[in-house]
Amino acid sequence: MTRPDAEPLWVDDEAGPVVRPYAMTRGRARPRNGFNVISLVTAARATPPLDVGLVPEHARIIELCQRPLALAEVAAHLHLPLGTVRVLLDDLVARQLVYVSEPRPPATLPDDSVFEALIHGLREL
Amino acid sequence: MDYENSDREDRTILPTALKILIAGGFGVGKTTLVAAVSETQPLRTEEVLSERGVGVDDLTGVEAKSTTTVAMDFGRITFGEDLVLYLFGTPGQDRFWFLWDELALGALGAVVLADTRRLADCFPSIDYFESQGLPFIVAVNCFDGARQYSLEEVQMALNLDPDVPVMLCDARKRESSKDVLITLLQHVMKGRGLTRKPETVGS
Repeated sequence: MTRPDAEPLWVDDEAGPVVRPYAMTRGRARPRNGFNVISLVTAARATPPLDVGLVPEHARIIELCQRPLALAEVAAHLHLPLGTVRVLLDDLVARQLVYVSEPRPPATLPDDSVFEALIHGLREL
Repeated sequence: MDYENSDREDRTILPTALKILIAGGFGVGKTTLVAAVSETQPLRTEEVLSERGVGVDDLTGVEAKSTTTVAMDFGRITFGEDLVLYLFGTPGQDRFWFLWDELALGALGAVVLADTRRLADCFPSIDYFESQGLPFIVAVNCFDGARQYSLEEVQMALNLDPDVPVMLCDARKRESSKDVLITLLQHVMKGRGLTRKPETVGS
């Protein structure tokens, strides 16, 4: 669990807040994907495979995403920055261990039914 | 943790995910509003940015660069099995435009929360949404002891397009926060079909 508030206490140049995520992603800082923060991540299988190429965080994502979770939710539950989770998702998508579904751009919604459903749903809350 | 069942039939019922941004100055009640309507306590997600502000950090030269962690609070409302609405509070630091672009991409619209004691705090949000062509409304959060201005006064002070709804709210109250979201959705619905600017990403 990262504690961003505490990290400025680390004065060593190389011990900044980026070290742990970078180690986890083996130095890859830039994800290949540009998944939206509300892209839904769903595990493709019930258990993480025994794969030497995976780190515990990969397994955690598979466990978490047994039901669809937004990228931002995955990041929040893992206490990892969004960018780090995107890199981890690159690995999982490449191994076909998760599916990522990008949200539909609102401009392409065919009619107002989604808006009506949201308004109705909010009134019922 | 072991799961015996490896069938993944349930992925066929993927819900439609939508998001609304909650913007406004520091301490105006963004997370309070998110908490008031969300089904769980707001979650927090972070992005690590370099001070260059060029999006995701590159490992090259990382020793020489300072980084900043920007936190965003968000909540979730699930409507049945097929609809999920996410509410994202925008980062308080307006200089992180990269993150705003990321959050705004694909958003239905935005709520700009305003405090009449610090009305200028919401100028950057309003400028941003106007420039992005993202529909928004202004909700004046009624703080105890704050002088009440008329909605017309607020509209004039913010130099808003007359079509932009301005309303009062109490971000602590669920009913009031629901009304804010409903007003935004109705506003977005009304504007649909009108030409929108294409999405522009980047600072």
